Formats: sequence, structure tokens, C-alpha cells
Amino acid sequence: MKKYLGSCALVAIMIASAGTAAARDQVQIAGSSTVLPYAKIVAETFGETFPDFKTPVVESGGSSGGLKEFCKGVGPDTIDIANSSRKIKDSEVEACKAAGVTEIQEIKIGYDGIVFATDAGNADLKLEPKDLYLALAAEIVVDGKLVANPNKKWSEVNAALPDVEIAAYIPGEKHGTREVFEEKILAHGCKDTGAADAIKALIADEKEAAAKCIAVRKDGMAVDIDGDYTETLARIDSNKNGIGVFGLSFYENNADKLKVATVNGIVPSTETIASGEYPVSRPLFFYVKKAHLGVIPGLKEYVEFFTDDQMIGPDSPLAAYGLVAAPDAEREEIRKAFEAGNVM
Amino acid sequence: MTDIVSPVPSSFTKTVSPARRDIGIKRRYAAERRFRMYGIAAILTGLFFLFLLLWTVISNGYTAFQQTTITLPIEFSEKIIDPKNERAENPGKLMAANYPLLVRDALIKVLNIDPSNRALVKRATDMVSASARTQLRDVVVANPAVIGTTVNVSLLAEGNVDSANKGQIDLDVDEARRKVNNQQLAWMKQLNDAGVMTKEFNTGLFTYGASSRPEAAGVGVAALGSLYMMLIVLVLSLPIGVAASIYLEEFAPKNRFTDLIEVNINNLAAVPSIVYGLLGLSIFINFAGMPRSAAVVGGLVLTLMTLPTIIIATRAALKAVPPSIRAAALGLGASKMQTIFHHVLPLAAPGILTGTIIGLAHALGETAPLLLIGMVAFVVDFPGSPMQPSTALPVQIYMWANEAERAFVERTSGAIIILLAFLIVMNFGAILLRRRFERRW
Repeated sequence: MKKYLGSCALVAIMIASAGTAAARDQVQIAGSSTVLPYAKIVAETFGETFPDFKTPVVESGGSSGGLKEFCKGVGPDTIDIANSSRKIKDSEVEACKAAGVTEIQEIKIGYDGIVFATDAGNADLKLEPKDLYLALAAEIVVDGKLVANPNKKWSEVNAALPDVEIAAYIPGEKHGTREVFEEKILAHGCKDTGAADAIKALIADEKEAAAKCIAVRKDGMAVDIDGDYTETLARIDSNKNGIGVFGLSFYENNADKLKVATVNGIVPSTETIASGEYPVSRPLFFYVKKAHLGVIPGLKEYVEFFTDDQMIGPDSPLAAYGLVAAPDAEREEIRKAFEAGNVM
Repeated sequence: MTDIVSPVPSSFTKTVSPARRDIGIKRRYAAERRFRMYGIAAILTGLFFLFLLLWTVISNGYTAFQQTTITLPIEFSEKIIDPKNERAENPGKLMAANYPLLVRDALIKVLNIDPSNRALVKRATDMVSASARTQLRDVVVANPAVIGTTVNVSLLAEGNVDSANKGQIDLDVDEARRKVNNQQLAWMKQLNDAGVMTKEFNTGLFTYGASSRPEAAGVGVAALGSLYMMLIVLVLSLPIGVAASIYLEEFAPKNRFTDLIEVNINNLAAVPSIVYGLLGLSIFINFAGMPRSAAVVGGLVLTLMTLPTIIIATRAALKAVPPSIRAAALGLGASKMQTIFHHVLPLAAPGILTGTIIGLAHALGETAPLLLIGMVAFVVDFPGSPMQPSTALPVQIYMWANEAERAFVERTSGAIIILLAFLIVMNFGAILLRRRFERRW
């Protein structure tokens, strides 16, 4: 019994001392699972290159989760950097300000391509936004009227596509990728088929008409994937006719199992994405708390290391993993903006 | 009416009494046989799924315990490491030297490549893990005397080369669509034949921290984090849980209030673990100001989660001690306190320990509450204390399962095998303890 009491006391002391934990000596990062693999590579290389600093801790949890944590306030018990696969929203900037995080530095690390891929054994697939819209929209315009999507097979959408049941595995609504998919594919397809105008004629409210364009069918033909790309890959493994949405880097790591589809006749690659030929891409960001620079050891060095060409340049480990490097001038501008301390 | 009624008694007297007994026995035997069959079918289904789980995990994961290494004669040239000979005054020089160049030169020699063909040289150096930089740096920093000599060093092969060497990459597909090209495959064959490329036992899987490179990734940090958390859970939840149950079972009056407490404890045992994570975030991190991602917070959250399990198990164990033991002790003049601590508690100990170990095993496999307190994270450095960031074993499995690289597939299953081994050891310990101390009346 005495031993018990002793160990209890020990733990009690330990817990009490936790409350007075000293300032952190380690950068803490949270956010997007799309940015996570890149942040991991940078954090690890940073730890190896600067033995004086500890390796930053990178949490996953999604862009929104990371930004929410980021906007909790200033101080060593809050995170320093939020990774995000989309631009910070005005509402989030407001929330940050309300909690005292008034100075946020935005850093764009490059671009990420979003690709459509199917099982490696299938024939080549040529997709266009309008095919995807007609196959996946909840309601389409037939004879000037909005009806529930009647298409069951890809060949009904476009005779050139295979004669198989539609099965698409698209990112769930909590993913930042979903927004890009809606914006760059469905909205475009809606416009290309002329459905956008027809819907506008039917529905007076502009917002509602736009929402109709990007609404995805919920009859089982389009499946929301709330997990990661590994889940999408597993779905395609079990349904060889399925089409999945992946990040370019994930596809490149699994190119022996997947066949990528062209969009508007363009094969997705770092080159076609950088040049803007391939239409479905988005910028990736991270956000830095300016108040923490100089307080948390290694934070400034980490950001400088991340934005250096040896990390995000065209011939860097991140590019090798699948990041599409920003053009030279843009990278230079990003570095200058950080140096100058520009805040949002 | 009468012609219907009249046959009944005759048939009743003639046949029913022996026949009815017969049918009843047959039916009851059949029911028993059916019930046994249901039981056997249930067990067989369970075994089938257990076998399926173990089969998929082990068949996917056993290769993770081997790692391809390339043993190269590395010439620790002073010209590359320390050209100005200033390591005596400035030891930092050795940390920042261009070690990858040493690997490149060694590969050029071993594979006989033209050094001016940069594309070819790049393909060759891509076969060696980028961790070679730290590997060689550690060699030099540990023993600066190696500078100027040539030493054979076993370097980790890059993850895709490792996967290809284990046959996990489909080599029939077009060269452009796989991560290992034909030139590298030819080199791999050459190195394999020369005994330079070998498969070694993967000690790194146990000792390394997290890494973005599969070949340099291990469960070391996660296992240490889990160990810290289990210690905290054990040290906190066992005494608190046992004290609570002794009071509730032996001292507390039976009234509405204690009933309410009992209902609440049983309820808490069924609360989803993510709720404890939310609680931990708001109390331990936001209110008490404890560090994020630290094992101490994880341990406290898991303690809260494990307490109801331990209290319920302990109360059941205390209830199972026959009242005659208490009556005898009290009758011989022992105080209530003496009765409990000298007689009841030792007899209930096996049950308490079993409950505790099962509670701990449950806590060991938990990820959901750790998500919110920042322990689902990429942590490279070993935590020196529970105050420093770390992860846990199940979290490491979850993180690896989401990785894109092929080499992480086997490592995910490898980590599951390690976690299962821990759980089996713990549950086996629980059985042993029960066997050793159990007493029957």
C-alpha cells in the first residue's frame, strides 16, 4: 500500500509540474492531410539539417481542423503553423482576430493536381468535364426540365466511353479536394453542356441555380469517400470499373495499379499542371503565426527552409513526391513576402 | 358431435402415453443437437474471421521485418567531409558535410558508371535511402578517426527498391508507370549476385521514429509513447479504481445516491472514447495548459476511459468473495478495514488484476481520444519524458495506412503484428495471474 501511495504522489507531482510547462522548444504544425506528406518531408529534412533544433511535430486532421486549432490564440500552448489545401476563409480570419491571432502570414508552397484514375487493366479513358457532370450530377436538364439523373452507364453519357455502370469514388464533403472537384469539373461541365443557362431559366435565385449545378447524385452511383486516397484505391481494387479521384502524388506512387484519365485530352503531369493546361489543380498553403516567430525556436528557420528552392523548387524532394512547383517568379515573391513580414 | 368426440378417448387410451414420451425425448434431443450445432457454428464463424484477420495481417506484414540493405565500401574522404581540416575547432563542420557525395562515389565505383553521365548517376543514387546522410554522419561524428579510411557501411535501400526486391511491385507493367526502372532492376540483380544487396532483419522497424521515407520509418517513438501512457494509466487508474470500488462495495450505504453513482459508472463504461478526447482537450490542454501531443495528456485521458472498466471489474471481484470470509474475520475481532485489506482484497486480487489488464489492453489499442489532443501526429524525435510530443502504436498504424508509398503497406501490417503481440502478452499475463492466484470455494 505504501508503494501505491508513493507512486500516486509521484504522478500527482508530475501532473502539477505539467501545468507550469515551460515554453516549447519544438515547432507544432497541424492541418490538411494533402499537405501532410510534404510537411513531413520538410520537417524530417529540417531536423536532419539543423541538429540544434528539434524536428517539428506535424499533426493531421484536415484543413478546417488545423485552422480552427491555429485560431485558438497566441502562446506556446497553441500551434504555430496550419497547413491548408485551400485558402483561409474570411470567417476563419475573423475567428483568428477574435482570439488575438491578428497577424497571419500566408505561404503558398506550390500546386497539387487532382486526377481521375481507374484500374490499370482498363482501356484508356478520356474524360471531359461535361461527361463527368452528366454522369454525376444529381439532376440534369432533359427537354428543358430538371429531372433526376437518368444515366446509368458511362456509354449513355458519351458513346466513346466504356459500356459499364457508373461508379465514381469522389472525395467526401469534408475534404478540400471536393471543393476543387465541384468548382473545376462540375461547374464547368454544367456550363459546357448548356445546363447552366437552362437551370438559370428555371430557377430565379442565382445561388440556388449554382448549387444545382454542383449537386452530386446520391443514388449510389457516386460514392463519397471520407477517408484517404488509400480507401479510394481499395474501392477501385474491388470494383475494376470504378473511377476514383486522387491527388497527383498519390497516383504517381501507385501508377502500376492505376490508369490515369485525360481531362480535355490533357494527361496530368507536373508539367501540364504547372503550365495550366491540365484544368484541375489547386494551390497549397500554410499559415504562420507571426507572433510566434522568434519566440518558438526553429520556426523562422523552418519557414525559410520550406520556401527554399531546395525544398519547393522544380528539382526538389517535394517535386519528386508530386508537388507541382510554382513558377520561379512566384516562389521568389513568396520568399520576399515572408522576409518582409507581410501579413493578411 | 358424438362421432367426432367418441374416437378421442379410444385413441388416447391406446397409443398416446408411450408415444408422447417418445416424441418428447426425440424432440428434446434434436433441440439439444441443434443448439450444440449453433454453438459450434458460432465458434467456427468466429475462428474463420479470426483466421482471416491473422492471415491478411501476417501475409501482408511478415516482409516488414526484413529490410533490403546495400553494403558499400565508403571512402570517408577528407577532401569531401572536411576539406579545410577545421573539424578540431569547429565540430559543427562534421554535421553539415556533404555525405551523399560519399555514397555517390562509392556507387559509381561499385556499379562502374561513367561519372559524367548525370542521369545515370542520379538513378543509381536514388536506389539508396536519403537517410544515408544521417547514417554516415552518425558514423563520422561517433568516430572522427574514420576520416581518410575506407569502411564497409550497410546503407538502407530506398523504399521502392526494397519493395521491388521483395517482389511487391508489379514488374510486368510499362517501365514509365512503375517507380523502379529497368536500369535499376539490372543493377539490383548485379548487386544481389555480388552479395552487396542483402535482406537483413529490420531492427529499424522497432527503433526508428516516424519518417516520410518508409525504409527509415519505425514504431520506436510510438511504442515509447504507448509505454508512457500505459504507465500513467496503470499508476492512476488502479489505485483510484480499487479505492472507489472498495468504498462503494464495502462501506457505502445502499441508497438512491449510490444507485445513481452505479448507473453513472456503468454508463461511462459505454461512452464512446472520442468523448473522452473532447474532455481531455478542454480540461487538460485548454484549461490546465498542458502541452499538446504529449503522452501525459494521452495517459490522463485514457485513465478516465479505463476507470469505469476497472471499477466494474473490481466490484464484481469483491462481490464474488463469500460473505463467510468477512463474517469469520469480523467474528475473530478484525476491524472492517482489517477484514477488507487482510482477507477480502487478497482474495479478490486475481479478478481485479484481470480487469485492470483488460482495461489497459483496451486503452493500448485506442486512437480516437488521441486524435483531439494532437497525438495523431508525425513525431520523429524520441520523447525524453511524457511531457514531450509522442504518438501511440495504433496511431502509427493509422498514419501508415494512409501513406501513398507501397513500402508502407507491409509496414502497416508489420506494426499491427507488433501491437497484436503486445496485446497477446498482456492477455496471457492476465490468464497466468488468474491461474496463479485464483481460489475456488
